[in-house]
Amino acid sequence: MIPPSLIPLPIAPEVAKRVDALELPFSRHGVDPYGIDKKELAKFFTLLRFLYERYFDIECVGIHNVPGRGRAMLVGNHSGGVALDGLMVIASAFLEMQTPRLAQGMAEKFLQKVPFLANFSNRLGQFTGLPEHCIRLLEDDRLLMVFPEGARGTAKLYRDRDSLVQFGTGFVRLALRTATPIVPVAFVGGGEAIPTVANLYGLGKFLGVPYVPITPYGVALPLPVRLKILYGEPVMLEGDASDTDEVIARHVALIKGKLAELIAQGRALREGQITAEEVKLS
Amino acid sequence: MKVMVTGVAGHMGRLVAYMLLEQGHEVIGLDRRAWYHPPDGIRVFQADIRKRPAEDVFRTQQPDAVIHMATVTHLTHRSEDRYRINLKGTQAFFEHCHRYGVKRAIFVGRHTFYGAAPDSPLYHTESEPPMAVHTFPELSDLVAADLYAGATLWRHPEIDTSVLRCCYTLGPLRQGTLAAFLRGPRVPTVLGFDPLFQFIHERDAARAIVLALSKGLRGVYNVAGPPPVPLSVVIRETGRSNLPIPEPLFRAALGRFGLPDLPRGALEHVKYPIVIDGTEFAEATGFTAQFDEDATLRAYRDA
Repeated sequence: MIPPSLIPLPIAPEVAKRVDALELPFSRHGVDPYGIDKKELAKFFTLLRFLYERYFDIECVGIHNVPGRGRAMLVGNHSGGVALDGLMVIASAFLEMQTPRLAQGMAEKFLQKVPFLANFSNRLGQFTGLPEHCIRLLEDDRLLMVFPEGARGTAKLYRDRDSLVQFGTGFVRLALRTATPIVPVAFVGGGEAIPTVANLYGLGKFLGVPYVPITPYGVALPLPVRLKILYGEPVMLEGDASDTDEVIARHVALIKGKLAELIAQGRALREGQITAEEVKLS
Repeated sequence: MKVMVTGVAGHMGRLVAYMLLEQGHEVIGLDRRAWYHPPDGIRVFQADIRKRPAEDVFRTQQPDAVIHMATVTHLTHRSEDRYRINLKGTQAFFEHCHRYGVKRAIFVGRHTFYGAAPDSPLYHTESEPPMAVHTFPELSDLVAADLYAGATLWRHPEIDTSVLRCCYTLGPLRQGTLAAFLRGPRVPTVLGFDPLFQFIHERDAARAIVLALSKGLRGVYNVAGPPPVPLSVVIRETGRSNLPIPEPLFRAALGRFGLPDLPRGALEHVKYPIVIDGTEFAEATGFTAQFDEDATLRAYRDA
């Protein structure tokens, strides 16, 4: 990925207006205390808006379930060999919400080691997935985006595209600790956009990334397909962050179940079996 | 109060001494370097903190409070001497404090204690361990001195000891790690990396030290200034030009072509941020920086 600061990307005026509407504490330099850069955001979202509105055929259901302000945690499924799911969820929170919000993902550690990519992700508020970052951002009432499947999830092959692999449990403990509502987000169609047939782990190791996904046409460039994003109703978990693993596992299973239901409905919606009005988000 | 400042002949030491004097304290200075014409009210003793004459100053002058600023960095000392000054000097300092009835002691440390790494969090809190030992071996003596100073709280609980981990200072004195890095017209950066840099105006840093002293603070505190800004902004706002160098060539280029000479470990500190959370210090003392990031950068540029 090329950092927007190095290429003269245009800024759409409507996007700039929405960036201004973000409720983040920007300084006079247009930088927030975490180094999120207004100008870079505007360039990035101009590009993302093109992908979101023109390139893909995206339908977003239930955006009203994302709180307009205050802390919240978007918990999504991975779908598609690269971070397409994350990018589109970020785009939908920015473009579809009445007052735009910046979803801040918890990125893989390797990202920080890759020149440009590290800088690029930091300026856009996408930080390494550390518990310290998670707690600090939530206590600052930010919108956090996590994918509990982690890199195991992005490595899903085409045939497993709507499945959920093992969830990490950290997100539940962090949500309990910071009293944060969890909003399940299903992303359907990523498997069709990037139909991964194999992952090259050896080449990935050589390049310093977890793996390199391979599609029938070679590289993992996404195809312009239909994508569905479904936001479920917020779930406020009750309990203690230091509960035993068994208790936490039940919370995780609850969220995972809600997500699986949303994915199934998203799949039905994508196949034309139901309409957007018939989707049950609770 | 009778206050002694070690390392008083240094630029920050002088600033702190002047500020103490302004507040009506009786000020004594200790340094192995000379301060030829100190103002009236500041008595300077020229002695090495590790040596006998320094102990005599503690015995004869009996200060109520002391501020330890006699630590050196890789910028001034490259030899083993640095380890002896920083470690033996800090040990001697606290032993004298204990023996001669000092009531308040302040160790002025550095925020680089936390180290910079790809997986280190933004906004370090005081309870975090020192990763700098791993990422930047040249800092290990300062890290050890910091930890030793903190241990005074249980070793000599009768002394109100505080350890201040202060971010980079910047301002008209143009002294210190960041100031030295920005000295030339071209500042080398690692291509593809632009970490957040955190700095505080040197007058604010001195104020924070004096404030900690007057409050009799106990414990370990981060002293942060205004919010951090990307290194590229620091370079631009100080009128320098940014020279991005691909990482494999970075080490070879340092010390040549008019670029600053940095030790090996410093590479991580140019690639990754060290940002500290100063909330606890602000809550304990009511400290807020008077100079914001722009005023601080301007003060450095225009000096």
